[in-house]
Amino acid sequence: MARKLDIRHFPGFLPITYLCLFLLYAPLIIVMIYSFNDSNSITIWGGASLRWYGEVFWGVESAKFKAAALNSITIAVMAATTATTIATLAATAMLKAGRFRGKSVSFALINLPLMVPEIVTAVATLIFFSAIGFTTGYLTILVAHIVFCIPFAYLPIAARMQGIEDVYEQVALDLYATRFQAFRLILLPLMAPGIISGFLLAFIISLDDFIITNFVKGAGIETLPTAIFGAVKQGIKPNIMAISTLLLLVSVVFVTLSYLVGRMGQNKK
Amino acid sequence: MSEIAVDILNMTKRYGSFVALRDVCLSIKDNEFFTLLGPSGCGKTTLLRTIAGFEAISEGAIKLYGEDIADLPPNKRPVNTVFQQYALFPHMNVRANVIFGLQRLGQDETTARARVDEVLDMVQLMEFADRLPAQLSGGQQQRVALARALAPKPKVLLLDEPLSALDLKLRQSVRQELQQIQQTTGITFVFVTHDQEEALTMSDRIAVIADGQVQQVGSARDIYEAPQNRFVADFIGETNLIDVAVSSVSGGYATCVLPGGDVQFTCPAAAGAVVGHGHLSVRPERVSLVKPQDGLLRGVTTRQVYLGTDMSVDVRLEGGKIITLRLQNSEETHIPEIGDPVGLNFETGTARLLED
Repeated sequence: MARKLDIRHFPGFLPITYLCLFLLYAPLIIVMIYSFNDSNSITIWGGASLRWYGEVFWGVESAKFKAAALNSITIAVMAATTATTIATLAATAMLKAGRFRGKSVSFALINLPLMVPEIVTAVATLIFFSAIGFTTGYLTILVAHIVFCIPFAYLPIAARMQGIEDVYEQVALDLYATRFQAFRLILLPLMAPGIISGFLLAFIISLDDFIITNFVKGAGIETLPTAIFGAVKQGIKPNIMAISTLLLLVSVVFVTLSYLVGRMGQNKK
Repeated sequence: MSEIAVDILNMTKRYGSFVALRDVCLSIKDNEFFTLLGPSGCGKTTLLRTIAGFEAISEGAIKLYGEDIADLPPNKRPVNTVFQQYALFPHMNVRANVIFGLQRLGQDETTARARVDEVLDMVQLMEFADRLPAQLSGGQQQRVALARALAPKPKVLLLDEPLSALDLKLRQSVRQELQQIQQTTGITFVFVTHDQEEALTMSDRIAVIADGQVQQVGSARDIYEAPQNRFVADFIGETNLIDVAVSSVSGGYATCVLPGGDVQFTCPAAAGAVVGHGHLSVRPERVSLVKPQDGLLRGVTTRQVYLGTDMSVDVRLEGGKIITLRLQNSEETHIPEIGDPVGLNFETGTARLLED
């Protein structure tokens, strides 16, 4: 009986599964494979080589991409750090401060950016910056990234914190710790896996962002995604595939790390 | 006259309109093993938490060795708590858990380390000092929690049902250990439990709490043998409560008429017993079986339950009231068959008249 109800035995389960997997991953796999293509064409296979990876690092366009990558990474590190700090404080307030007025409103406000269409945020942010007379550039990208990274950092931190019972803080207070010591010595280490997980997620969200960045970046500054977009507009060259594959690799590593760190903390408990 | 460790004066604790503790007065003596006993939801844990400082009191005062501590935060009160869930810091090993309080008090490293060794030795966990809490059994975790709370030498140690998560065998051995530790350290213990056996076996004195009020304070023997009201009589052990007409009350004794007859019976009376109507409390093991014509009460056997060392026998009186008695299960004891008419007897001193 239970076997019959198992979803694997529904008609069409396998074909649908394979179709989904194909649609999700075939394009990525093709890009990855063709990044090792020796040919100048993006569609004709000309043997395996690392030619286009060499092109990325040492070719004519390498300086442009390196500068963009540097911008992306520095922005991602700073945005993720700031967003994680804010998210940690927000989670502490939301989950450890008991009931307070406006708690559900605060919760909605923290998570709303996840639901607002990105293009709306992008346009709004641009209008906001020009309205207050802020020159668009590196700083505007950074500010915008900090803002949209907060909910992504908040989610794993809050999830982790929900699992930490209040009694630990009470024990710390009972053992003569001040409130700050209880936070620093007990709560913070217990939250650490969530915080690291949140940081990694925020980092990768910032690194990958295109839409908002493209609106607020201003002229003369590129991040890796906008640089790739700019290059693609002039025709797709195989080096784009190499860069995309590298970016994909970084993303996969970070998301996996974020997941593993989050889970490791759970197991330890 | 020994010193008072914790003095709770007319203390009331409200949550909104709900009264968790009502006008509580308690004096816990220095170096005493004091137990707060009551059913779940009676307010005993809340009372403990007001002493620890986790709950602010609404009215009254709490004094610790004469000093009013009602307004001090938990980290300023020289008392420590063993929590029900132990709540060992999961990211710290046993030693780090135990030294935590000493470091917060600013003790120097050498003194603190020596003290940690001392308490770990006391709870026999020396060899586990470097383990993480997750690597310990429930009983070991419980002892770490105890060591951690004892390390700073609190003036009063508060224990919130610390044995409830342990299995029966372990609970019994830990009881003795706790009692021993209390005696060797000389620290005043305030122990919360809903388990009457725990309370009776370990405590110097017990406060029975129900509905946020202290019902009775006394030694195990006091509250078992001289319960002050029906709740205490019923909650501590088993008892038979027999409705009686009270004809006179004087000097701590009352004379009453037993049901189904004209027998006048005089026995100790609790404060508050009045002429008119009352309840006679008689413990099942104090009731003896006699021939029907010799008994204070007469009835018919309706049930017998085998309990190993004892037999429990139910007797229905003529009015329909069931009296339970407990007979020792031995060769000599005559166990009546179901349906047998029997007489029931009890000594004057073993029954107690309680207020209506």
